[in-house]
Amino acid sequence: MTDVKKKKVIILEKTPMSEQDPEVRSHNFEEVPLGYTEEEAIAEAKRCLQCKKPKCIEHCPVNIKIPEFIALIAEGDFAGAASKVKEDNALPAICGRVCPQEDQCEGVCVLSKKGDPVSVGNLERFVADWERRHDAVVYPEVKPSNGKKVGIVGSGPAGLTVAGELVKEGFDVTIFEALHESGGVLVYGIPEFRLPKEIVKKEINYLEKLGVKIERNFVVGKTATLDELFDEGFDALFVGTGAGLPVFMRIPGENAIGVYSANEYLTRSNLMKAFEEDATTPVIRGKRVVTIGGGNVAMDSARSALRLGAKESIIVYRRSEKEMPARNAEIHHAKEEGVQFHLLCNPLEVLSDEKGFVRGLRNIKMELGEPDDSGRRRPVPIVGSDYEIECDVVIVAIGNKPNPLIQESQPDIQTTRWGTIEADEEDGRTSKKFVYAGGDIVTGAATVILAMGAGKSAAKSIQTDLLGED
Amino acid sequence: MNDILQKEQLSELVWRYRIDAPRIARKRKAGQFIILRSDEKAERIPLTIANGNAEEGWIEIIFQIVGLGTHRLAQLKEGDTLQDLVGPLGKATHIQNFGRCLCIGGGVGVAPLYPIVTALREAGNDMTTIIGARNRDLLILEEEISAQSNHAYLTTDDGSYGQKGFVSAVAEQLISDGNHYDLAVVIGPAIMMKVTTGVTVGHGIKTYASLNPIMVDGTGMCGGCRVTVHGESKFACVDGPEFDAAGIDWDQLMNRLNSYREFEEKAIKDHDCKLGEVS
Repeated sequence: MTDVKKKKVIILEKTPMSEQDPEVRSHNFEEVPLGYTEEEAIAEAKRCLQCKKPKCIEHCPVNIKIPEFIALIAEGDFAGAASKVKEDNALPAICGRVCPQEDQCEGVCVLSKKGDPVSVGNLERFVADWERRHDAVVYPEVKPSNGKKVGIVGSGPAGLTVAGELVKEGFDVTIFEALHESGGVLVYGIPEFRLPKEIVKKEINYLEKLGVKIERNFVVGKTATLDELFDEGFDALFVGTGAGLPVFMRIPGENAIGVYSANEYLTRSNLMKAFEEDATTPVIRGKRVVTIGGGNVAMDSARSALRLGAKESIIVYRRSEKEMPARNAEIHHAKEEGVQFHLLCNPLEVLSDEKGFVRGLRNIKMELGEPDDSGRRRPVPIVGSDYEIECDVVIVAIGNKPNPLIQESQPDIQTTRWGTIEADEEDGRTSKKFVYAGGDIVTGAATVILAMGAGKSAAKSIQTDLLGED
Repeated sequence: MNDILQKEQLSELVWRYRIDAPRIARKRKAGQFIILRSDEKAERIPLTIANGNAEEGWIEIIFQIVGLGTHRLAQLKEGDTLQDLVGPLGKATHIQNFGRCLCIGGGVGVAPLYPIVTALREAGNDMTTIIGARNRDLLILEEEISAQSNHAYLTTDDGSYGQKGFVSAVAEQLISDGNHYDLAVVIGPAIMMKVTTGVTVGHGIKTYASLNPIMVDGTGMCGGCRVTVHGESKFACVDGPEFDAAGIDWDQLMNRLNSYREFEEKAIKDHDCKLGEVS
């Protein structure tokens, strides 16, 4: 007897998403990938095998019901799919764009054993965009007020998630943001061409419509301390202040004019819109720009430099491409746009002219030695191999430390020797009662989605601690 | 929110705004600053708080029109609301009874000096003040500063008022005359601070200078305001704005203040051209 059971056809190749041409896009700030059409989304959704025991859900830090929302797309119910995603993730248009899906849901997709995994990120992005473009945003039911006030410090991914979770449960939620615009790293850090600010604005508007209040221009630790906020009637406070303090190389010449931290370079471009014609906040538009570092922020900086008019944009990284912490897709995009890579190369000194402006970067070549604590092979300098790169702007993108403002103003909060706040990874509780923390301020610089996962856990603890229920 | 309660012209280019800001008024201490934006497209401008009243809920800022940003700020009228105002930022001046203090202000730097003079005076110090400006019209807060001083001196570069010459020369004279000071505070243009702290530090007086480097966020995020103090890179927004003058790399600070000179000049030129088209 032959097997009569109907077998699903397995398509090993993913549906590609069209992108702006590299030559064109490297001169504009518009988004690079263009998104799926409805037909493309359905085709991609149909590739999902709807596993009985899906691994993707548990590998998503906020546990989105991935097969369920994909099944709805396959049926053409895009509004339903969007609502399904939003049950677990209040910011899908953002996560669909900036999550490292290859290390999470897509990394464990059963299809990836033989071919391409289902493009979960692209599909998440598609439903969120579809909902927004069709004005089909559905607002979930908000429970009646429970009389408890929660303050959230920082309006980045962690804070926004806590706000979204708690406002639905009937909490009175206020976010305090230090800058004049909310969104944290989503607005000052990640560039327009990777995450359009209009989308961030819409997702924040969505939370405001649910009842979340946002106080901009409010630096907790300066404008008011946590204790003062408790005195003003807050029952619980969540600290999601991120890793915003730039690390510098500590090499000679680093304070020359034209040396920027990636934070400053990106903030001037993204938040202050230095790329616009009538911008009032300037940024030095280098002709030859060198970015130091190998992470996503370094790629963002090097690609922004091209868009700000650089003839050449060069990345200097002390290890090899294999060790680069940036997502493969970002490295690929950077290369397509013409960013050059000087790998196994470590800066020694920033050279400047008599007026203090950058004129070059002196580097030494490296080779890989024995593995270090991180398991990556340690780069060792090759004696006598130093050389100069001529350049007029240097961007330092080698990482960020936690911002110390809260800890300084509130010494009863325990911190680690790295300056991060000590908080339980499972529930976000800190050493101070009714103070919770999550995101980069606890883990050190990490990803948007991990911060959101932490926000979700902290929101659960706040609910339990204030209402005595789960 | 953050309405301009009073607007007063102190000299041709210098304005004083009293701003409704109850939270900042309550928290601010001498030496701290705010960042404001005058309108939706404006840059973020850091300004030291010149005065404040916690009960009445206002602060005062004093600024000189130097570029397009301050020019736009000066266009606002009484009753207008600032687009954005955040603070108080930075570390407060360390205030205690040191004994005899010498406080020196130059140009619009006299404004941030005022709350420090007041606080030091209230802490019981004997206060000597020297304030100066290019000419009589640019000299500000003469009465206010004098009222808080045991000994007050005035200079103008052109001799149109007070002693002719620089504040640094008066400082040199007072010290050479045998006056002893336990602490000096110097605020003004970078070159004035470099020269003047050179005098006080040279005579072994512990001296603080309040620095005004270019900054964006004011909370430690951008690192644009880094200055070298005793060989170490510091962020003026969170580690300062006051630093031990004996260790400040003045030449680097002055270089970095020129980072956007070309841009500023072009912006002002473009702005003037547009005004020309209108009229």
